[in-house]
Amino acid sequence: MSDIQQVENEIVEDFELFEEWEEKYQYIIELGQKLPPLAEEFKTDDRKIKGCQSSVWLHASESDGKIIFNADSDSTFVKGEIALLIQVMSGRTPEEIINAELGFIDRIGLRQHMAQTRANGLASMIKQMKLYAIGFQHKTA
Amino acid sequence: MSTTANPTKAFDVVNIRRDFPVLNEQPYGKRLVYFDNAATSQKPTAVIQALVDYYTRYNANVHRGVHYLSQRASDAFDSVRGKVKDFIHAADEREIIFVRGTTEGINLVASTYGRKNVKAGDEVLVSAMEHHSNIVPWQMLCEEKGATLKIIPMNDKGELILDNLEQLLNERTKIVSIVHTGNSLGTINPVKEIIKRAHAKGIPVMVDGAQAVAHGSVDVQYLDCDFFAFSAHKMLGPTGIGALYGKLHLLEEMPPYQGGGEMISHVSFDHTTYNEVPYKFEAGTPNIADVIALGAAIDYWNTLDREAATKYEQELLHYCTEKLSVVNGVRIIGNADNKASVVSFVLEGINAMDAGMYLDTKGIAVRTGQHCTEPVMTRFCIPGTIRASFMFYNTKEEIDFFVEQVEKAISFLNP
Ligand SMILES: Cc1ncc(COP(=O)(O)O)c(C=O)c1O
Repeated sequence: MSDIQQVENEIVEDFELFEEWEEKYQYIIELGQKLPPLAEEFKTDDRKIKGCQSSVWLHASESDGKIIFNADSDSTFVKGEIALLIQVMSGRTPEEIINAELGFIDRIGLRQHMAQTRANGLASMIKQMKLYAIGFQHKTA
Repeated sequence: MSTTANPTKAFDVVNIRRDFPVLNEQPYGKRLVYFDNAATSQKPTAVIQALVDYYTRYNANVHRGVHYLSQRASDAFDSVRGKVKDFIHAADEREIIFVRGTTEGINLVASTYGRKNVKAGDEVLVSAMEHHSNIVPWQMLCEEKGATLKIIPMNDKGELILDNLEQLLNERTKIVSIVHTGNSLGTINPVKEIIKRAHAKGIPVMVDGAQAVAHGSVDVQYLDCDFFAFSAHKMLGPTGIGALYGKLHLLEEMPPYQGGGEMISHVSFDHTTYNEVPYKFEAGTPNIADVIALGAAIDYWNTLDREAATKYEQELLHYCTEKLSVVNGVRIIGNADNKASVVSFVLEGINAMDAGMYLDTKGIAVRTGQHCTEPVMTRFCIPGTIRASFMFYNTKEEIDFFVEQVEKAISFLNP
């Protein structure tokens, strides 16, 4: 099992503690509140993923062949989602990131609570992470 | 049977709530508090039943069959035009065109009347508080024709500024299209005055009545508007249907909208002659079921004491406004003197969507974001608002619970 899958499984186990949407929501907000903010200098337009109701800034850097993601949002809930994605995706090789299937999003029952606009926001965040990974792969190839 | 207002029920919210089965729903096991009425209203049993009846008992195409079912469907369908006419107090049934909703009504006028009358260098006038559906069709028209879209500005209270209206209404202005009641802030505009001043210069006026029809009686003859559009789904009716009113002489001069069946009188490969108004604008098999259910919605309005319902909604508005405005961290956006039952607000330092989701976990339905009025949000330099919009079936108890939960959202999201 890949590291990514293992982390995904751990997240799914964490969420199995919650029965209600209310509890999941509160947990994600708490994750968002704990996510360290992105330094202002990185909150530039080229790092911005504009959503309908919130914006995300995603910054990627490389260390030892692994990609480190830092991100921020004006929505605490979205920051919580980012925190989960970072747990799964940050500190991985480009290959791992490109191949990540991220089934946990469905398994923790998050998608059903997201209006389409928000689900698309998450989708564009994932897409952007994968694009960074592809970019890094090409640079080092 | 008369379809004119003849209230048979006194206004009693407890009784009225029984007419709306969805209000008994329990999202996540919580009591539903539905405050998203400006997006779409809930439907009374009578409307739901009208849809079921049509499909279970007399589904048939209209105006085409010689058989019993078709006759019945045609009669039911045809009777609704008169009900809509009375509902908005038009002079003539032929002035009512069935459309998909407000959006299609505006698009119809822009692409027929607009295409015919707006030329390069001309101007179309809208206001700063329009829904995107009363901006984009005109923008598209202006782009096509080389015309310019002009804007009536708005003050900090969310009211239109009419000081420069005389200059905005000039010899280049070919049509004005203005929202009667704004959906994001609830402002009720002085449309009658605007219409009068536009008419003094010979300029026709279209009114976006999407919100107005659900929160007070509308009288298109009193307003003297040239066009008026509304959506059934915001006034207790089904989705996918609405009406466009147009003054008969204007409709008669206008070119058709779409081509197809129903809208023609004779067709040959050399030449087609068009049907009369309103059929000229209703190509294809109409939305029979939803037209019939729109009729049921109007019947329902006619059993209500509408004046009392609107007065009650105003009470809800003031009750909620008073309670919310003393909550620390709440800033209400839109404080027009004349306002429908909409409270739009921001929470300082808190993303509107986060708060909306918090309320959702408690069973409260509100809308967050720009409400399809991005220029309004830009005007107030905010990314979006939380909007609670009330209908006559809402209660003060619901508002108490809502305000309590807003306070909790603030302390939870702002630790
Ligand atoms: C003021 C206003 N205009 C136009 C519309 C568009 O209505 P519809 O989407 O039903 O065509 C709405 C509904 O959101 C509205 O509130």
